[in-house]
Formats: sequence, structure tokens, C-alpha cells
Amino acid sequence: MYLGLVINLSLFQAMVRMATPILFAALGGCLCERVGVVNIGLEGIMLTSAFFSVLVTYFTASPWLGFLGGLVSGIAWGCVIALLTVRFFGNQIVVGTGVNVFGLGFSAFLSQKIWGSRGASEAVQSFVPLQSLVLARIPYLGPVLNEHTFLVYLGFSLVLGLHLFLFHTPWGLRLRAVGENPQAADTAGVNVLRYKTFGVVVGSAIASLGGIFLSLAHLSFFAWGMTNGRGFIGLAAMIFGKWMPLGCFLSSLLFGFADALQMRLQALGILPPQIILLIPYVVTILVLSGFVGRAVPPARYEPYRKE
Amino acid sequence: MKYHKVPPEILAIGLAFLLGIIVLLVTGYPPFRALGALFRGAFGSRNAIGQTLTQATPILFTSLSFLMAYRAGIFNIGVEGQFLIGAFVSAFLGVSLRQVPFPFGTLFSLFGGGLGGALYALFPALLKVYLGAHEVITTMMMSYIALYLTSYLVNYPFKASGWVAQTEPVAPSALLPKILPPTQLSLAFPIALFFALFVFWFLERTVPGFAIRAVGLNPEASENRGIPVRRYQILAFVLSGFVAGVGGGGEILGVHGRFVDGFSPGYGWDGIAVSLVGRLHPLGCVLASLLFGMLRAGGMTMTRTTKVPLDLSLLIQSFVILLVAAPYFVRFLFARRRSREG
Repeated sequence: MYLGLVINLSLFQAMVRMATPILFAALGGCLCERVGVVNIGLEGIMLTSAFFSVLVTYFTASPWLGFLGGLVSGIAWGCVIALLTVRFFGNQIVVGTGVNVFGLGFSAFLSQKIWGSRGASEAVQSFVPLQSLVLARIPYLGPVLNEHTFLVYLGFSLVLGLHLFLFHTPWGLRLRAVGENPQAADTAGVNVLRYKTFGVVVGSAIASLGGIFLSLAHLSFFAWGMTNGRGFIGLAAMIFGKWMPLGCFLSSLLFGFADALQMRLQALGILPPQIILLIPYVVTILVLSGFVGRAVPPARYEPYRKE
Repeated sequence: MKYHKVPPEILAIGLAFLLGIIVLLVTGYPPFRALGALFRGAFGSRNAIGQTLTQATPILFTSLSFLMAYRAGIFNIGVEGQFLIGAFVSAFLGVSLRQVPFPFGTLFSLFGGGLGGALYALFPALLKVYLGAHEVITTMMMSYIALYLTSYLVNYPFKASGWVAQTEPVAPSALLPKILPPTQLSLAFPIALFFALFVFWFLERTVPGFAIRAVGLNPEASENRGIPVRRYQILAFVLSGFVAGVGGGGEILGVHGRFVDGFSPGYGWDGIAVSLVGRLHPLGCVLASLLFGMLRAGGMTMTRTTKVPLDLSLLIQSFVILLVAAPYFVRFLFARRRSREG
């Protein structure tokens, strides 16, 4: 009786939607970790880009320019994080904490200045879901994959693109080598600093897409702390996915399903939402401890000092 | 001026305030009036000082907690989780121990909170030592588990009647007495100071403290010298959780009087930064927690009198954290300036 209300096609459609911000965070975190930088600041990067994309859209009335604004803020964060952790050997965890505090403080500060409210911005124009008549005809899979904003499909293609880049191009090989054994990569003539910087900047930019998705596709305004731990869930998804783009994709779907289910159950008042919300974190700990497969990071989280 | 003699932490704090002033100028707020109000709200009167010390108390506990584990080479970034679990256990005991007379009810509740935090830290400690699970990720995940778990507990099984998600009030005999009414300053602050001295004494003057520092500096050499590395890593982790748990208990028994859902604005995360600003030294933590307490307490006055959003405090905090994380960067900035002058 309840089951039909809870588990149906629209739940799976919501799963794909809720998996998208987690996927962007996981892919971004994955690229950072592949070059040996643990990016705790994903949450702050996403929050900042969610804010900037709404801010730009608010003043230009164009979500496309908003998208650009959010992306630029992600790249800017990537540059700052790379500067502090790669170039100046700063402590990665502490820098990440700083990014998160900044995201929360900065967005709330400007939100009050511009919209007079710490809680939420005014509504802006957001991206519209794309509809495909061909997709709609496919039974089951069609309705689940149809009617999403372009960001969802961008996420899908990034999974494939990142996989091809990391494992089928010489640049990907060098990038992985820089993370796994910087000394050896340096000896082989790879510019370690450049590859590390590249990984962090592009990784942060990918994560920022998750923030843009939240404020311009999932909702159409900026709300205080709207990332709500998704950056951390992204890290969890990355670990559960064993630092592989395809693994990140599958685990994001799993955590997205938990999120969609949680919203559904909360609306119906069946199970306390907190219990479902903590499942991804428990799963991650089990994975890290080797209870469910072994998870070993591809790189040690330390800055590289040339000798 | 010789910048290289000034600790980078001081330069970072100075730079952070400078960046804060720039943000205020760009957004069109009067920077000096705002910062003036902030300092007045933090030190300007007896009540202001009481507020600053109240705000400094939980982050002094959490910074000491982080420091304790760090000295053994362990990155316990789950201080927030241990803090929350400690707070909940203290609230639970404080509500339950109605028959126990005053100093004992408080002591039991506070100590119980510490044990709760210690137990919650024991889990990632064992995972790290015996299964090799990296503590940075496990403790971070456990912070979120603690957040949702305590939220569940006060929303469902332990919820007091009414609209607010909170427990029943703690018995008066289990509360920490206020020491500077009408401010919220309670006995938790002197207890935190005592913990700072205790951590200092323990790490610098006792044999287990020495062993913990040795393990943190060089685990391989310690192992060769016959120091049981794993045991001391677990000890440091558990002690770290204990300090965080007592901090959580102190906040409940001293300020809120009950566990209110979402009462911690991230004291555990602040502790990591405070610990670093305090140069990973217990007495440095005291000074750094006063700085962060000042930003929180002064921020409220600043918002009330100048309409500058409270989040300026958060922004300045984030600048301090980012700059303190990379001392070489700060040195680099000032080194260039010096060479240009000379």
C-alpha cells in the first residue's frame, strides 16, 4: 500500500536529480585526490558557486551568464587552493576548513547586503528541463532519464570524459603518476607543480558545477547553507567509488537514491529523515575500514617539495 | 621593521582584519565604525568581556582536543562529532540525575560527557590502528553521523513536549553555576583553562605525554625504541575525544541547560583552526580561542549597532584560517615587501 506511493518511477527520476550535485562533487574531489590533494573544501566551493551563479543571474537575468559566474568562482577557488597547498605547502585540511567557513560567511554576508535576508535570495530565472520525445518512448528508463536540466547530462558526459582522460591519454597517465609517485614523475621529466595545479583547479571547477546545479536547476534561488553537506557526501561517494569516475557515478546514484528516498519518506512521515541521512556516512566508514571491499587512496595527501 | 621575527600567525591575523576592512569598503559599510563596534562588543564592558569568554569556552575545549591528537600525529577532524556526543550524554545524565545533589550531579554529567566523547573517538582510533582506515575521512564522516544521530534523538525519543527539538531541561543540581551574571559565563570557562594547563603539564611533564609526542614526531623511531606506538595513538585519540566531550557537556550544563538541536555552530571545526592559530600549544590555544570568541561576541554587537551583517566575523575567521594554513605564503608576502623597501 505505502510501497507504491514511495517506490515508483518518479522516485528514480528524483534519484538522478539528487545524484547530480553529489556526482559533481565526487568527480571534482576525485581529480584533486588523484594529484594528491584532499579537498575538504568542496562544500565551500559549491556554496560559493551556488551564490555567484544566482548573483550574476539576478543582475543579468540570464542563467547562462550565471552559469559562467559560478564556474569562474569555482576556478578562482581552485587557483587559491592550489596556491596555498601546492605552491606554498599549506595544510590541505586547514585550507579546506577555511574554504568552507568562507563559503558560509561570504554568501550570508552578501546575501544580506543585496537581498536584505540572510536566509534566501530573491527568485531568479533558472534552467528549464529538457524534453526528448525519443527518450520518452523508452519504457521505464525513458521517464527516469527524461526532463532533466542540461547539467544532469553534462554530469553524465563528464564521467565518461574524465574516465577517458585519466586512463586513455598520456596527460591522464602523467597526472596519475604525479599523485602516486611525485618523485618518480619528476625524475621522468613531468612538471609536478603544473599537473598538481591543473588537477586542483579543474577539480574545483567541476565541483562548482554542483553548486550551480543546486541554485539554478534544483531550486531557482540561493538559500543559506543550501549545499547541506553534499560536498562531504561527494567525498564519501568518491571513496565508495574507489577514486574512479565510473565508481563515483554509481555511488552518487546510490547516495542520490538515499537522498530522494529521504525526501519522499519525510514528506509521508514514515521514517525519521535523520536516520536515512546518516546512511551514506556509515557506508563510507565501512568501506574505508575494509568491511565492504578495500579502499586505498591513490595518492598520499602531502605537498611535493622538490629536492 | 623586521617581519621575519614576527610569528606568521600574528601577521595572518593582521592580514585577515585588513581583508575584512577591504570587504567592508567594497560593500559600502563604514569599516572603522564596524570594527570599533566589534571591539567594543568584545572588550568594552564587563558584560562584553563575559560574552567573549563564554564564546571562547567551547572552542578552547575543541582546540585542546585537536591539539591532543595532533601531538600523536593524528588528524582528529571529528572533534565536532565527539563534542556533540559529549553534549548529548551530559544532557541525558543531567536530566536523569535528579536525585544527585549539586556538585556531584554536575561532575557526573560532565564526566559522562567526556566519556561519551572518548568512546566516540575510540572507534576511529581502532579503525586507524588495526584496519588502517585514514582518520581524516572516518572522523569527518563520524562528525556528520553524530550530527544526524543527536538530531534524531532530540527530535524523536528524547524530545521534550513543545515545538522545539530539544531535551527536557537539565536538573538544577547538574548545572554549571554562572560566575558573571547577567552574562552566560559559567564555571565551564575556568574548567577549560584548567584543561589547558592540564594538557600542557601532561604533554610536557609526564612519561605518557612524552611518549605521545615521540610517536607523533617519529613513529618508526619510537617503535624501535620500544614505545608501543599503537597504544599511545589510541590513548591520544581517546583523550582528545574526552576533552571534546567535556567541552560539549560544558556548553550544555553551562549555557543552554538542555540539548537543543543544532546548538553548535561548528565549534569542533573552529577548534581545528584555533589550535593552528595557537601554534599547536595549549597556552597558544587559550589566546587564539579568545580571538575567535571575540569575533563571535563582538560580531553580535557590531550587527546591532552598525547593521553590518554578523557574518563579517565568519569571513574574518575564514581569512585567518586560510592564511594560518599556509605560513610560507604569509612569509612570502612580507618578504617581498621588505625587499622592495630595502
